[in-house]
Amino acid sequence: MSDDDKNPTTPDASQDGESSASADGTKKAAESSVLVGGSDDGGDAPTSAVTGESGEGGEPTTRSEDARSMLRQITESSTLVVILAILASLVIGGILIILASEEVRTAAGYFFSRPADTFSAMWDSVSSAYSAMWKGAFFNADADTFAAKVRPFINTLTMATPLIFAGLGLGIGFRAGLFNIGAQGQIIMGATVGAMVGFMWHLPVGLHLLVAILGCILGGAMWGFIPGILKAKTGAHEVITTIMLNYIALNLLAYLLTLDAFQRPDSDNPQTPILDANAQYPHVLGESFPLHLGFFVALLAAWGVWWLMERSTLGFQFRAVGANPSASRTAGMSVSKSTVLVMVIAGGLAGLAGSAQVLGTQPSLTTGIAASIGFDAITVALLGRSRPLGIVFAAILFGGLKASGPALQVQAGLPIDIVLVVQSLIVLFIAAPPLVRFLFRLPTPKHEKEVTV
Amino acid sequence: MRLELRGVTKRFGDFTANDKIDLIVEPGSVHALLGENGAGKSTLMNVLFGLYDADEGEILVDGEPAGFKGPGDAMAAGIGMVHQHFMLVHPFTVAENVMLGHEEVRGPAKLLDLGNARKRVKEISDRFGFHVDPDAVVEDLSVGAQQRVEIIKALSQRAEILILDEPTAVLTPQETDELLAIVKQLRDSGTAVVLITHKLREVQAVADHITVIRRGKVVGTALPTASQEELASLMVGRDVSMTVDKPEAKPGDVMLEVESLTVLDEFDHPQLRNVSFNVRAGEILAVAGVQGNGQTELTEAILGVVPTAAGTVKLDGEVLTGKKIKDTLMSGIGFVPEDRTEDGLVAGFSIANNLILDIYDQAPYSKGGVLRPSVVVSEAEKNVEQFDVRTTGVHATAGSLSGGNQQKVVLARELSRPLKLLIASQPTRGLDVGSIEFVHKRIVQERDNGAAVIIVSSELDEVVALADRIAVMYHGKIVDIVPPDTDRDTLGLMMAGAHEEDAA
Repeated sequence: MSDDDKNPTTPDASQDGESSASADGTKKAAESSVLVGGSDDGGDAPTSAVTGESGEGGEPTTRSEDARSMLRQITESSTLVVILAILASLVIGGILIILASEEVRTAAGYFFSRPADTFSAMWDSVSSAYSAMWKGAFFNADADTFAAKVRPFINTLTMATPLIFAGLGLGIGFRAGLFNIGAQGQIIMGATVGAMVGFMWHLPVGLHLLVAILGCILGGAMWGFIPGILKAKTGAHEVITTIMLNYIALNLLAYLLTLDAFQRPDSDNPQTPILDANAQYPHVLGESFPLHLGFFVALLAAWGVWWLMERSTLGFQFRAVGANPSASRTAGMSVSKSTVLVMVIAGGLAGLAGSAQVLGTQPSLTTGIAASIGFDAITVALLGRSRPLGIVFAAILFGGLKASGPALQVQAGLPIDIVLVVQSLIVLFIAAPPLVRFLFRLPTPKHEKEVTV
Repeated sequence: MRLELRGVTKRFGDFTANDKIDLIVEPGSVHALLGENGAGKSTLMNVLFGLYDADEGEILVDGEPAGFKGPGDAMAAGIGMVHQHFMLVHPFTVAENVMLGHEEVRGPAKLLDLGNARKRVKEISDRFGFHVDPDAVVEDLSVGAQQRVEIIKALSQRAEILILDEPTAVLTPQETDELLAIVKQLRDSGTAVVLITHKLREVQAVADHITVIRRGKVVGTALPTASQEELASLMVGRDVSMTVDKPEAKPGDVMLEVESLTVLDEFDHPQLRNVSFNVRAGEILAVAGVQGNGQTELTEAILGVVPTAAGTVKLDGEVLTGKKIKDTLMSGIGFVPEDRTEDGLVAGFSIANNLILDIYDQAPYSKGGVLRPSVVVSEAEKNVEQFDVRTTGVHATAGSLSGGNQQKVVLARELSRPLKLLIASQPTRGLDVGSIEFVHKRIVQERDNGAAVIIVSSELDEVVALADRIAVMYHGKIVDIVPPDTDRDTLGLMMAGAHEEDAA
């Protein structure tokens, strides 16, 4: 595992955002439309499909640009392209920040008498925005105590935890050729089952947490199994079925929350009782920091997924089916078995993302339990090129972007949406490697070596 | 019209597909461009046709430099091209296809003037005796007729130079003869024809000039009187034996029994009709036929990739029908698919991983569901050496290999376990002569090791060279099974559906 490291290099610093996982289910509409749009206009770069020979073969090999070939292209794009995509989106984000800044507009009003004012206002707006993001996400050098200095990073890791889990699940699917948009629903179902175990049962320390985690896995896996079996048996496309199952999961949860069994006695809001302390992930850095054991479970899961995909025969089968289903079938692999298993595993991992929420940061079930994690995780998985290590870094980057939102708003006076814009720009550039290669004048890659890790 | 290429060079990255190529095409002559697959013939013609830009060199038409920006320019200058894969709109009629891209309109409402197009099709068709109905829908036409539509398309644009890219790859021997007659006729009417091919027989039959290309360079010119051996050695760069050395077959017991096998496509049209035959151990049965007459379905049905509607397949007495592909493979079948890039290899996987694609879960490559990468790599290194795969290493992707080396990887994988039956479809398609010799040698070797072998090939030369018996297929049926010394004309007629007694 080597060629994958990407340092989340974000500019400078300001403020510690003490923000817990806010339940902002509103972002997801925007996010999902970006991504679904991406799936039907596949990349127009050389697909990985045997281009080495095009010397003579007449037309260069441009295969049907379906979602599968786009997935392949994205998962095989180089680390450099990913880093440059992040860079490009920060630059464009900077331009948008300038345009959104009140000071710049004011200064531009007298541009011809004092042009320097405009430029310094531009610089101020961008530098204060990005320094607020840095301070809110990673390290707040202005704080008094060391604990306060590192608090932003601890928050970031906490926010990254569910993204790691869900990103890992989606990454497996992407590499196996499945465009699973259903992490959101799988997270919801995982959280629901886990929460039921958490507040309805009362078990001893240790055991209760274990059973609750298993409940989360089970709930998510069940919600992954449905599109998996539908695709395997009927050919129903997973993009459609998983999107629809997201709605079903959300509304099922909303319905459950209307039942007496799920209602917190002392509350008028639709939410369940707080989960038993025994069923919650313990806070590893003491109660004052939100980081919980789930983060380490996520790292363990990342290693497990690496092992599954690179070392086990099952993972070999998943990868082969994803890269070329017809050759895999001809070699005796069962594409439908792989489809079902991948969806179950992906669902289980998404269910663990639900556990990071309901057994971790937000130990009570509400309709906003999954926030927009299931959709952000798609970006995380793509950004991490579907490789576990890449996903961990991408999740931390996204956790950071998320954690920095409040700081951005308070310190730089910018709308929190800028974060979302930067996120979306990253996706846009990642989904179009030829664009990034064009912008930075990179040569077209040759797929000489098999991509691993 | 006289066409001249001067020092044309085309590079793809570090790869030089065409290296300073000079070529002169005189009006009213047939110029054969001879070379192996991958020699750079098609690239050159794509440069000429304006599909690629030349990196160096120039194209002269009647002595004037012509810079073609795209096929449109080339066509306007009087160059027509019939691609190896036809560029026809299937649900359209012949006249509509011919008009495509040059639609004529009439009246103030700018209605399509189909009448004029029909007239032109009819006129050209009559002039050359093509027998093409302007109102026939293209998808209903035979491959040979579709090719004639392509030629009409080019001629209707007043092409004075006609480029035919591997025109006979998809034709029966009889259709090939018809095409060659057409080529002669076109030449006599003053059209220049550039014939791109690697088939020596055709070159000898019609060419007035021969230019041989090897590895992107012109390595020589020859007269049509040159012998096949001379042309072949020029093309390959060394002496080549035109026949396969194989000892007498020693057929053993019946290994494969296929009985009344029927396969339907997704619309329930029969693709394979009631096919029965046996193959003995130590024997090669070669299946001849024009592509698309059920050969693909036959091999896939034996393996179980396509479901069988009726009939049984027995290997060594054991019924295979209804088994999983995995079990069929493991009962001792090696399968070299027709389309190696689609069905044989995972392009993005390393050579080492491609070599275990169907045995990754078997010892010694894995143990208890866990892969053993070091074993995978060391076995791959052995195979790469034994099968002479030219590569930078076993971690290189299969997609980075040339066609011949990809095929060697597939063969190495399939032959790495003990086989009762080897099925190889189009085993040497797109391969250079050197690789062809190697592949043929390994196939014969497998036969002599006692496996039953089925070869499917649309190259009659290959069928005749390898077969101990030849099964000819037409319309999903086996027309007959004949000995390998059956003459080519008879085989050709059988490929068009005639029975042996009628054909002979």
